[in-house]
Amino acid sequence: MGEPANAVRDARTEADGAPIVALRNVSKTFANGVMALDRLDLAVRPGEFLTLLGPSGCGKSTALRLIAGLGAPSGGTIAWPQDFPRGATGAIGFVFQEPTLMPWATVFANVHLPLRLAGVTANEAQPRVMETLARVGLADFADVYPRELSGGMKMRVSIARALVTQPRLLLMDEPFAALDEITRFRLNDDLLALWHALGKTVVFVTHSVFESVYLSSRIVVMTPRPGRVHAELKIDAPYPRDASFRTSAQYVGLCRLASEALAGAMARAEGGAT
Amino acid sequence: MSDPLPQADHRERLLRALLPCAVLALGILAWDMVVRLNDIPPYVLPGPLLVARTLETDWPVLSGSLLVTLITTFQGLALAVIGGVGLAVLFNQSRVLEYALYPYAVILQVTPIVAIAPLLLIYLPQPAAVLACAWIVAFFPVLANTTLGLNSVDHNLINLFELYGASRWQILAHLKLPAALPAMLAGIRIAGGLALIGAVVAEIAAGTAGAGSGLAYRIVEAGYRLNIPRLFAALLLLSVTGIVIFFALSLVSHLVLRRWHESAIARER
Repeated sequence: MGEPANAVRDARTEADGAPIVALRNVSKTFANGVMALDRLDLAVRPGEFLTLLGPSGCGKSTALRLIAGLGAPSGGTIAWPQDFPRGATGAIGFVFQEPTLMPWATVFANVHLPLRLAGVTANEAQPRVMETLARVGLADFADVYPRELSGGMKMRVSIARALVTQPRLLLMDEPFAALDEITRFRLNDDLLALWHALGKTVVFVTHSVFESVYLSSRIVVMTPRPGRVHAELKIDAPYPRDASFRTSAQYVGLCRLASEALAGAMARAEGGAT
Repeated sequence: MSDPLPQADHRERLLRALLPCAVLALGILAWDMVVRLNDIPPYVLPGPLLVARTLETDWPVLSGSLLVTLITTFQGLALAVIGGVGLAVLFNQSRVLEYALYPYAVILQVTPIVAIAPLLLIYLPQPAAVLACAWIVAFFPVLANTTLGLNSVDHNLINLFELYGASRWQILAHLKLPAALPAMLAGIRIAGGLALIGAVVAEIAAGTAGAGSGLAYRIVEAGYRLNIPRLFAALLLLSVTGIVIFFALSLVSHLVLRRWHESAIARER
């Protein structure tokens, strides 16, 4: 990875304009006294695939939830551009660690849910729901109940549900952590294809170095307890990425960099604790 | 569901149906033998044949009583479902209401119904008192189970609904009530049997003083008149009623849940 190329890419990304959402000095202390986030600064730029990487308990999920409006920060501000207020219905799609589907509803009804809550009937929503299901490869499973699906397919339904409102920002909280590696790789590839095709901004949370490097255009490494930004990595490998990227020297090198940053973050946390 | 051993499966199902029947047949046979061999008079212990014949000859009286008991039971159950589910939803929506009223629901439940029945019979006309007893014992399992169901909704699903700006009503109708359905149905299944017990207890408490004509009243009446065969016949009808109610409610639960809930789906082995 040539340094000059890096610099050029940096400049271009910085020039991409105002962030789609910016966290400034955001802190979050829970009722039990645990400080999950401490003065976190984070700007999400339009169109990027940003990954928050960190060990368990570093507050990355908390940051994601705050962005989604699930809970309020204890300090600091979360700023949205005027043309993209958070309150706009369906502006944000959220994918949880578990598929979080309603077991009593069919795949169609689960994906229809965000539109239904906004008052769109099943008939009106039919084309959009079916199109979204087709995008995740589940067009033939509309009438099936979640219990009949594999873990990977359930997660696809969950992603379809997040996409059905055509959100500009897609938040994903360790969505593939519970899946086997083969399924995980497939979903990684499919997610990249979707990101490419739909032009969304994605904020992705994971504790897997390999996953973060494969997917992201930028990685933010966080320290645990309390969560803060430790380091930032540009992943300038070109998209589309595929299996050959996974085995390339560039990938291995980037993974080493990310691993070192992660180790540094943990060392800093332990140093701070003693 | 391609079962590699359909025959073994079939045999087990047959066994499950036949074994209880065989035990029943043996029991009746033993009962008959005891009565015959010891020459027990029918006013002490009537034989099974005599009970069956009494059931037939007294059917005009007993069927009327059966109808009265059935109507009371189903009215009690219906009110218990309405009251139990309604209160559970109210408690779920309002903490204040739950804290204020839940202890009294528990008190109503733990106070033995036999002890409340005489009081109710003083203050209410008899049919209303019997219905009230059926309701009091039946509503609590519906309330407790529905409350549990409403409170065990997946937190992430609640987050999801909030993320999409769902109203309180939407969360209740599209998330909490469907999620509570399995627990609610389990509560209703218990309530069915309890409503019958409540109705019987109240009728017995009313005793001969009452103008009732339910099955329990027939039992008390037959006991006083030493008409033991009729007592047995009425008892038999009560048992059968309880069994039918249980199976009917189980069937309803199965039909409602069969497409999605693990409890209603045959396990693949």
